Amino acid sequence: MSLVTEIAILVLAAFVGFEVISKIPNTLHTPLMSGTNAIHGIVLLGGLIAIGEVSGAFNDFILVIAIAFGTINVVGGFLVTDRMLHMFKKRPAPTPTGEDGAGPPAKDD
Amino acid sequence: MVTGIFLRDPTFLDYGYIVAFSLFIIGLHFMTSPSTARRGNWVAAVGMAIAVVDTLLRPGIHKWGLIVVGLAIGTAIGIPAARSVKMTAMPQMVALFNGVGGGAVALISWAEYRHFGNSLGSKHLIPTLFAAIIGSISFWGSNIAFGKLQEILPGRPIMLPGRLQSIANALLLLVAVVLAVIIAAGTHSEGLFILILVAAAVLGNAIVLPIGGADMPVVISLLNAFTGLSAAAAGIALDNMAMIVAGAIVGASGSILTNLMAEAMNRSIPAIVAGGFGGGGTVAATAEGDEDRTVRSTTADDVAIQLSYANHVVIVPGYGMAVAQAQHAVRELTRELEKKGVDVAFAIHPVAGRMPGHMNVLLAEADVPYDQLKEMDDINPQFPQTDVALVIGANDVTNPAAREQADSPIYGMPILDVDKAHSVIVLKRSMNTGFAGIDNPLFYKENTSMLFGDAKESIQHVTEEVKNF
Repeated sequence: MSLVTEIAILVLAAFVGFEVISKIPNTLHTPLMSGTNAIHGIVLLGGLIAIGEVSGAFNDFILVIAIAFGTINVVGGFLVTDRMLHMFKKRPAPTPTGEDGAGPPAKDD
Repeated sequence: MVTGIFLRDPTFLDYGYIVAFSLFIIGLHFMTSPSTARRGNWVAAVGMAIAVVDTLLRPGIHKWGLIVVGLAIGTAIGIPAARSVKMTAMPQMVALFNGVGGGAVALISWAEYRHFGNSLGSKHLIPTLFAAIIGSISFWGSNIAFGKLQEILPGRPIMLPGRLQSIANALLLLVAVVLAVIIAAGTHSEGLFILILVAAAVLGNAIVLPIGGADMPVVISLLNAFTGLSAAAAGIALDNMAMIVAGAIVGASGSILTNLMAEAMNRSIPAIVAGGFGGGGTVAATAEGDEDRTVRSTTADDVAIQLSYANHVVIVPGYGMAVAQAQHAVRELTRELEKKGVDVAFAIHPVAGRMPGHMNVLLAEADVPYDQLKEMDDINPQFPQTDVALVIGANDVTNPAAREQADSPIYGMPILDVDKAHSVIVLKRSMNTGFAGIDNPLFYKENTSMLFGDAKESIQHVTEEVKNF
């Protein structure tokens, strides 16, 4: 891809981001931040690609750390966001306990 | 790996990235309402899973052993951290997650430069250098923010005297940029690259150390934006569409939040980064002299009677409530009041807590339904019809000086107009001034009474009295 194309993608994505995120209410700003934490875990892809390109033990070492960092972001970010959003409930709770049926990995505390 | 040849075709795989980032955007769209937000988070997670699998299918991916080790370490750290973190500690957690994201970018840039050197070509070299600088600032800045929030480091500003700090920061940035320009101009030197990382690391420390506890919401948002930006830059360096889009979205999100937080504090972002405010010191308490102002102290019994007779009660929680771990006691009190037919709402100031939206999460954890939490602009017109405003551990965000005294340091800051309620009850440990060290005229108003003591004990006491009433 040419640099111009990439910068065009960057700018358009930023505008989409502004549009969508400015509609998110204050109530959800903490889950939003931890959710975007998870999304910038996308740097994991960078680690995966780079480790295939480089040679040398030290390069491999720092990229394994980078992959671990990215994975922490992805796994930790999505899980902690889910944990928080699970707590947000509406006023007239239809059933007294856990009204969510189909949530993926259910972890509770 | 039984994958047909077309599955490993890079062009085909790019379509996978398009699916992935579309899911990120759809997921964020679901986050515009609390009722769909949880689903949105999982939609985004599916997008991430697709992006990762898509990347692993690409030609050129090998060293599977190392990849598995990295993924395993990250998972082993990430899952327990996400499961065990307390909701009060969420700001630290987010700071730490920002940090590892920025750190990953800095490390990837470093490894790429070590391997390819200047043969990267300026199209890839310049974004690599940029990503290294921003990533390193974000990593170190976030670690300092974590240290302050976790109280490993003192919350007060740590800085060089006077304008020296801003000059030092500007110099550090200049060093990093000049070194980057030297490398980009054709000088190959890994030593210079490391120096860039170090200068940016020191800069990250120097930016966050001078920032006081109360300004933390702004800093965390700013670091969030930095990490996003660094991921996008790394995406350009690696020609990776998914990283560019995801990084840009996170950068946009961080910027929006930074701006919102700064507005809610009536402060400019440069002024916050220049430091000093959040820990007091620069601000003199006003009008401490005239002692004709009296404070009315009240008792839990009186508060219980007032609350029980009220029709509309608005609770204004501040960080003090979280510190006292009083949110569950507050929830219990609202239940008792609702049994008596009292209408209870919560007024949440945008900077209540240590990060954007922190107070909402703490109250959600205590089972307060989200439709009972009102944003500042929605609740302010309702204060004149409010019988009792109950202020728990909040101070500066209720200070009418922000509206009335043009010489006050917080003049112009948007506040919750609790003083317009018929009656105001302030729960406070003592008459000490708030974080900003500013006197609060609210405490001396005729319709205000103070209930001194630990917030949790006071609330429990009031709840008992309400039950017996």
